[in-house]
Amino acid sequence: MAEAALDIRLAETALDPAGELAAFMAQHRTAGGIVSFTGQVRGGQARIEERVEALELTHYAPLTLPGMAALGAQAAARWPLEGLLIVHRIGELAPGAPIVLVAAASRHRRAAFEAADYAMDHLKSAAWLWKREKANGVWRWVEPRTDDRADLARWAR
Amino acid sequence: MLRLVFLGRLSDLAGAPERMVPDAPTLSALIDSLEAPLAAALDDPRVRFAIDGVVCARDSAIPPGAEVAFLPAVSGG
Repeated sequence: MAEAALDIRLAETALDPAGELAAFMAQHRTAGGIVSFTGQVRGGQARIEERVEALELTHYAPLTLPGMAALGAQAAARWPLEGLLIVHRIGELAPGAPIVLVAAASRHRRAAFEAADYAMDHLKSAAWLWKREKANGVWRWVEPRTDDRADLARWAR
Repeated sequence: MLRLVFLGRLSDLAGAPERMVPDAPTLSALIDSLEAPLAAALDDPRVRFAIDGVVCARDSAIPPGAEVAFLPAVSGG
């Protein structure tokens, strides 16, 4: 099998999941299955009596994108993928804005589902990204969720 | 001089995302030279370090003129 085509990027401006996915599908027209996940800035209440007004993602250039590229390579080594797309937003985002898009193309669906799931779990708790949210005009750093660590542990072997 | 880079909530504690300080031989010596509240926050075992873009252990030596980044627990996705 040919080596998987990896497309791993950070986006400083608006992410267009539909456009990105259309391009990815065009690139992998003969793959048997494509699975994608889009993460969006959650609206509504962050905590009681609070409403999220904005979210900001900070990265550290020497580590963040190289780490994401290594994650993509790990997924491609673990599953027989034809292609893997990871685009992650950085900067300030409004509620509803897409934060992250992961898409995996494979000959059979299982590998595509699992690779996309694996990539998301690792992006959540292993990628070098820091998130803060603004509610009631006050910025607050988002601490890691224990659920995210548990999700990561699913892949240990 | 060393360029210090504070990520996430550590940038609030440090008062700025970056700071220039005199060279220090090791990470421990560097941390000890910082103001007490910041040094205490950096002692958290969840804080990781990178020297010139490479993640490294707490007892690492620091080359003169290096960039030292302080990386709190991540929260991406």
